[in-house]
Formats: sequence, structure tokens, C-alpha cells
Amino acid sequence: MATITIPTALRQYSAGQSQVELEAGTVGALLRGLVETYPDLGRHLFNEQGKLRNFVNVYVGDEDIRYLEGEATELQSSDTVSIIPAIAGGKS
Amino acid sequence: MVQDVTLSNEEIRRYSRHLIMPEVGMEGQRRLKQGRALLIGTGGLGSPLALYLAAAGVGHIGLVDFDVVDESNLQRQIVHGTSTVGMPKIESAKRRLQDLNPHIDISVYEAQVTSDNALELMRPYDIIVDGTDNFPTRYLTNDAAVLLGKPNVYGSIFRFEGQATVFYPKEGGPCYRCLYPEPPPPGLVPSCAEGGVLGVLPGVIGTIQATEVIKLLTGIGEPLIGRLMLYDALGMRFRELKLRRNPECPICGEQPTITELIDYDAFCGILPDEVNVLESQYEITPRELAALLDHTDRPFLLDVRNSYEADIATIPGTDRLIPVDQLVNYMNQLDSAREMVVYCRSGVRSANAVNMLKGAGFRKVKNLVGGVLRWSDDIDPSMPKY
Repeated sequence: MATITIPTALRQYSAGQSQVELEAGTVGALLRGLVETYPDLGRHLFNEQGKLRNFVNVYVGDEDIRYLEGEATELQSSDTVSIIPAIAGGKS
Repeated sequence: MVQDVTLSNEEIRRYSRHLIMPEVGMEGQRRLKQGRALLIGTGGLGSPLALYLAAAGVGHIGLVDFDVVDESNLQRQIVHGTSTVGMPKIESAKRRLQDLNPHIDISVYEAQVTSDNALELMRPYDIIVDGTDNFPTRYLTNDAAVLLGKPNVYGSIFRFEGQATVFYPKEGGPCYRCLYPEPPPPGLVPSCAEGGVLGVLPGVIGTIQATEVIKLLTGIGEPLIGRLMLYDALGMRFRELKLRRNPECPICGEQPTITELIDYDAFCGILPDEVNVLESQYEITPRELAALLDHTDRPFLLDVRNSYEADIATIPGTDRLIPVDQLVNYMNQLDSAREMVVYCRSGVRSANAVNMLKGAGFRKVKNLVGGVLRWSDDIDPSMPKY
């Protein structure tokens, strides 16, 4: 079971869950399994073409999947996958 | 050049806890005195930044902001105070910083950073510090810093989480566009004004930024270049992720396609005057609504805020609460034959909701202009504004 962490900004779409454990062989399968459980997360993670959105980064451990094998990156059961969306707050 | 800068006996007394550390010493303190840091934003992040940089003796601090101090800022913007509510933030901050350290120069710019003024504003400074609150200004700050070859000390916060890093392509590190090539479309990611923020959170992130500024100016330690520091206040966890430079980055990559500043509102999908224009038959003022609510055939009153907002203040007679992002799932439970008024805090989310309902065939639906805030102004001043 790989663990996926959901950032604060997206927890309203994951029934408040900050971590979800799912059985999946690749990052892509894990994300799609997550969206199956929490359909509202879908439009925040994927665009109309079903591609990961450009302002959502996904890390396995401390490495960005864009510099691994993307959604095809294989997962070990001990891996932690993180969703890191762009946030902009700071001034107001 | 550092040799030209001297410290007075007064300054030596003030900075003695720095001076007795060999890593800083007289040399480091002179570098700080000679250093020039520009703070974009004097709010949540800018407050601790400005205070610690001033206290540390950074000799030239620039402050850019166009906002005025509001009571609701004081929960986290610790450079301001109750006595400076209503004052421009840059003036309020300058006053506090000069009291904290009269040995430094503070330059203030009461302006919004734009593509027209960004390069000119930033050019005289060694380090740019991003303490802004919106995507257009973040991309603008990034691009201007990359074009000028200056480090951009970045921090960002949301609710209980923060991110910090140093973008410095000139020294081989990535930039903001390497991390996020594109911003989210407007409305998809809530701002702090909409989403809230734990008051102490910008204290933690802003202080990390201040630490990095001081390290860069003195040249000590290992700068936060190529690493994204994540902070989760609820879990009380710090994590570090690798940030890599994208060779195809449009501004700091091998073949840059952005060679000058662009229109950042357009880049972020913000169109002028596009703020949910509704025809007047789909709008109602608080006064008009108040008159209707006394009648037996009064309209159905729908609150599209979150339940924790309804706990703060609710318009009497509200029939139903459905948060706007869940409206699509519950629309079929609403009666399109009945007159309906939709409201939120300020009237923006409810305008979105009215547009959605119109799209679904509702015709007798109106947006409460100005929302709860204007209801408090016009109808019931005892209702708290938040």
C-alpha cells in the first residue's frame, strides 16, 4: 500500500482526509484510484484531456515525478506520494 | 566594497550578539549593513520579514505595497498595530521599523508592482523577497528577478501549510516557472481572504525567508536553492522536496521565449471587468430583499457559503445552505419555479452560483449584491463582518 498525502487546499474534496492509503503499481494508477474514491478531486488534479494539471506537482518521496517516469513511475509499498499544488497566499 | 562600510560604536553594541559569532562577525555585519532587500508585500509574510531584517541590521530595506492596514490584518501582520489601522501599510511598517532600528534606511513605494514598474523598482536591490498574495504578482516577481539575475526569496501560505524556497537561476537554481509552469485558473485555488490562514503561519514562513535573506547577504550557510521547504502546522512537520531547473523553462531555460515582462493578469486568465457580470434582473440589493422577506410569498433564500461561515453570521430566514462548490450536486433539490435569492459573504461566489443556476435553467434566481457584508452595512449593523 502506498500512502498519498493530500494538501490542505484539496482536503475539502477528500472528505477532510490528509492521507490515503491505496494499492497501486504506478503513480498514475494511484492518482486515478484516489479520484475514484473522491470524484471531486478529479477536476483539481486533471485537465479536460485527462493530463495532470500544470499547477499540481506530484512527488514520490522527495523527487518530482516529472524527473522520474511521470505517471508511469513505479511505486513500492513503502513509498509516500505527495500532491503539492501552487498556493499564492502571503500578503492580504 | 564591504571595507567602505563601517559600524559605529552604537551599532557595535546593538549587533553584539551577531558580532561574537565567527560566522557573522564584523565582516558579516558590514555585509548586512551594505545589503539591499526589496520586500514585495507588507502583510502576513512581509511583517516578520521586515521586522527581522530591520532588527538584523540589513542596511537598505525597500517596501512595496498599496494596501492600507485593516483590523482583520492584525491577527497575523505583526509589523502593524491597532494605532495604525487605516494608514497605508508601507507608512505603518516604516514607523515600526524605524523605531526598531534607526540605523537603517527604509524606502517605501506605495504602488502595485506591475510590468511597467517592476524592473525599475527591483534594479537597485540585491535580493527580491516575494511576500505577495496572488498568482499574477508571483509570476511577475519571478520573471523580473530572473531577467535581472537576482535571487527571489519565495514564501507562500494557505490555511495551515506553507512553502518556502530561493529561486536563483543565475546561480544554477530553478525559478518559480520551473516549479509551476502555469498558474491555476482563477477561482480554483482560494486566496487567504477566502480560505483563511492561521495567524502564526506567516510568522514561520516569513522567518524562514528572512533567514535566507540574511544567509545570502552574509554568504554563510547553505542557501535554500533547489529545495522546496514545506511546513505543515497541524502535523508540525517540515519536509524538503527537490526542485530541479527545467531546461525547457520559458524564462530561465536554455532557449527562453520570455525575454521581457508580459501581461500577467492575462497569463493568469484574469480578464478585465469579467467579474461575473450579471444582468440587472438577476441582482437584488439588501434593501430590496429585506422588504420582500416580510411577505408570505417571500423568495427562497440560499446561502452558498461554508457552514463555518454561517456560524459567524447568517441572514435571518435563510432556507438552505449549499456551499458553492457542491451546488452542482444539489441543484436538482431546488425548486426552479420559486423565486430564489442567493448570497455569500461579498456577492462574488453567489454571482457564480447564480450563473450556474441560470445555466441549469433557473430563471427566477437573483444574486444578493454585496452579500452579508452589505447586509450588515445597509440592514443590520449588529451583524458581524468577517
